[in-house]
Parts: sequence; structure tokens; C-alpha cells
Amino acid sequence: MSTNLLFLLLIGALVGAASGYLGSFMVLKRMSLVGDALSHVALPGIAIALTFGINPMLGALLALVIATFGIWYLAEHSEIYPEALVGVFFTASLSLGLLLTPEPELLEALFGNIDKIAPADGLMVIVGVVITFIATTLISKKLLLGVVSEDLAKSQKIDVSKINLVYLLLVALVVALGVKFLGTLLTGAMVIIPAVTAKNIAKNIKTFHLFSILFGVLSSAIGILIAKYFGISSGPAVVLTAVVFFIASYFFRK
Amino acid sequence: MKRMENILKCSDLKVKFGGHTIFDGLSFEVKRDDTLAVVGPNGSGKTVLFRCLLGLIPFEGKVEWAPDVKIGYVPQKLSVPGDIPLTVREFLRFKETNDEKIGTVMSKVGFKAKAKHRHHDLRVLNTRLGKLSGGEMQRVLMAYALMDGPNVLLLDEPTAGVDIAGEKTFYALFEDLKANTDLTIIFISHDVEVVEKYADSVLKIIHEHHHVH
Repeated sequence: MSTNLLFLLLIGALVGAASGYLGSFMVLKRMSLVGDALSHVALPGIAIALTFGINPMLGALLALVIATFGIWYLAEHSEIYPEALVGVFFTASLSLGLLLTPEPELLEALFGNIDKIAPADGLMVIVGVVITFIATTLISKKLLLGVVSEDLAKSQKIDVSKINLVYLLLVALVVALGVKFLGTLLTGAMVIIPAVTAKNIAKNIKTFHLFSILFGVLSSAIGILIAKYFGISSGPAVVLTAVVFFIASYFFRK
Repeated sequence: MKRMENILKCSDLKVKFGGHTIFDGLSFEVKRDDTLAVVGPNGSGKTVLFRCLLGLIPFEGKVEWAPDVKIGYVPQKLSVPGDIPLTVREFLRFKETNDEKIGTVMSKVGFKAKAKHRHHDLRVLNTRLGKLSGGEMQRVLMAYALMDGPNVLLLDEPTAGVDIAGEKTFYALFEDLKANTDLTIIFISHDVEVVEKYADSVLKIIHEHHHVH
């Protein structure tokens, strides 16, 4: 196995692990589509980054952070359902991204290309994943209590709205880390599928988180190997691997 | 002397939602160790009052708790979907990580382990929160509220959606707490019999005027 493939597997596994972990909360919060919609927001960011010759991951992250603040602010301060907001953000940014992205890079931006991952990207992924794991673990109890009952959480002086914002920003970070090898159309899937797979077979919250991480890692690693072996796009290979795990888990569900 | 002290004083409370006044000029006091029932027709704002007492919503007027107050809150009919894999033990660990302590509080609310000092054997601890019956859920929420030793309990219609057997267990626990602890209990109820049996005082919220008797 070449060093390059090992490097790609490591980066893929790390993004898979972080997506799985964050996704496990998203599924509980009944916000699965938020991750999906957020990933589309990355496209205009990538387009602008490509135009100015900076790292697309940074462009994606910037667009995602702006969109996250936007969605969070409107959800907190207006009567519109977050779902409707997400729908608007998603279609608007996808349209904008399609117009702005230079044609040769469009397919890559949409579906990912692992051959374009450079050592600098790897470093960003490692730092980003470490931040994600530490921050998510720190807020996990508060997030979960908010899922059980917002009133109960608030009665314990937990600022539910602030915790939600931190959580959404972490999702934005993980989506940005994943766009290069999964593409903007498919990164969101890795936040959802490993988590719903894990939910089918988990006995409790602890095993739920662990299985989410495990399925994230396995889907990424196996998907990348398949993509390399058959010379196909990494995004669809990883997502379809995750889907196979999901179907299998359905027969073992608790 | 301690009994005469107020643990809570509310003056001139007013809450408005979108131009609609829920209540206006609500004033009352609660003494330590007292059990106060909050009654009133649907929509009179009983739960809204609790939300003011807990500081969850903006309001006009004053809510003054004694400086040493520690509130345990049992919300009304918590519906947790059964597919959420959070077990009772994991839920209670949000507040208390010592399993021994969890077992002690759980036995206080009526979940008994088969053998003494074998609290970790309690089967209910490994049950998903969303799979509990209405009565079990209320007692688990009560355990959660009691876990960190509060001196005030706020119970929002604790037996709504609970079957008769569950209701009986719950009120036996209520009676036990009232007799054997210094807890101040404020509870919302629709049940006249329950109010007459357990409340030392009653706060009736009616539109225009409210009074304690």
C-alpha cells in the first residue's frame, strides 16, 4: 500500500469519525436535513476560493460559518421554521455556487476528488477533527439534555440557544473538512447515514456514539479503497458504502 | 421559626404573549416547608407561572427566591421518542455520576432493587427513557429533580397521562416527601381531591383576580 493511499485513508477515517460523532447528535435533534443543506452552502465558498486561488476548504468553511450564523439567528429570532430556512439557504447557495464555480472544477466540487488532497489539507483535517471531538464531548451532556427537554435544560441554567450555535458551527467545520473528498452534494450524507445506522443497533447513548464513529470510519476507509481500485469518484463510493451498512443494520435493529 | 420564613415572594407578576395578557398583578408568597397547589382553568397560565418562577420566559414584576433556594423541577408529560437510545441511567448521570447515589434516590421514588446494596441491578436503569410508562417516567423525573438535594420541588401536573396505579404510587411518594423532608412543594393540579388532601395552601389563578387561601 502506498504512503499516499495510507494518508488518504487516514484523512478519510478522521473525517468519517468526526461526521459520525456529530451526526449522532443531529439525528437525535431531528435535524438530519440541516447537515445535508449545510453541505450545499459550501459550494459558493469553494467557487470564490477557486476564483481567488485560495484553499477551497477555507472558502467552504467561511461560507458555512456565515450560513450557520444566518440560520441560527433567523431560527432564534423569527417565526419561520428552521426546516423552511434550511430549504431556502440550500437552494439559494446551490444556485449561486453552480453559477460561480468554474466549469472544469464543478464536478469535483460537487462529488469530491481524493487525488486533489494535499498535505496541507491533511493538517487542517487533523486539527479540525481534534477540535471537533474535544468541543463536542464538552457540550454533549448539555446537547442531550436539550433534546430530552429544553425546559429542563434551561431550568438548570443551560443556555440552549448558545449550545445549539456551537454545535452548528462544529457541523460547519466537519462539512468543510469533508468537501474535498466527498464533494458538496454528498458531505452531508456522512453526517446522517453512519448515525442512523448506529441508531438501529445501539443499546444506549454510549454505544450509539461509538457505533456512529465506527460506521463513519469504516464507510470512509472502504469507500476510498473502492474508489481507488475502480478509479471512480470517492464521494459516491463512500456514501454508497455507508448505505450498505445502513441496510445491513436494519436487519439487526433493536 | 423556620416555618414562618418565606422561600418565595412574587409581586405584581404580569405576562403577555403576542398582545394577549396571560395574567396581570399576580402576587403571592410561599413559606418554607409549605405545600402549595396552583389551580385554575385551562389556559389560565399555571404552566406560564412555573416558567416565570424558573426564569425561562420574560415577565414584568418580581420573583424573589430565598438566597439558599435550590429548585428541582418536574416538567409536565415529557414525551421522549422511544427510538432515542438514552437510558434512564444515562439520563440520571447528567446530574449525578455516582451509581450508589443514583440507586438510593431511585429507591426513594419507589424503584426497589431485589437485594440491598445492589442498586446497579435495577432493571429500569437500563431501559430507554422513551420506553417508560407514564407513571415510571414521572418517578424518574422526580428522581432527577431530587438527585442534587433541592429544597423546593416544582411539579407541573405530575400525574397527567399516568394510569390509576401509577398515580397511586406517585402520591404515596408525594405523601412520603411531605411527611419526611423539609421540601417546599409547589404543584399544579386539576384534581380537587388531590389538592384537598395534600396542599397546605391553594393559589387559584382566575382571570382578573387571583388569590391564595
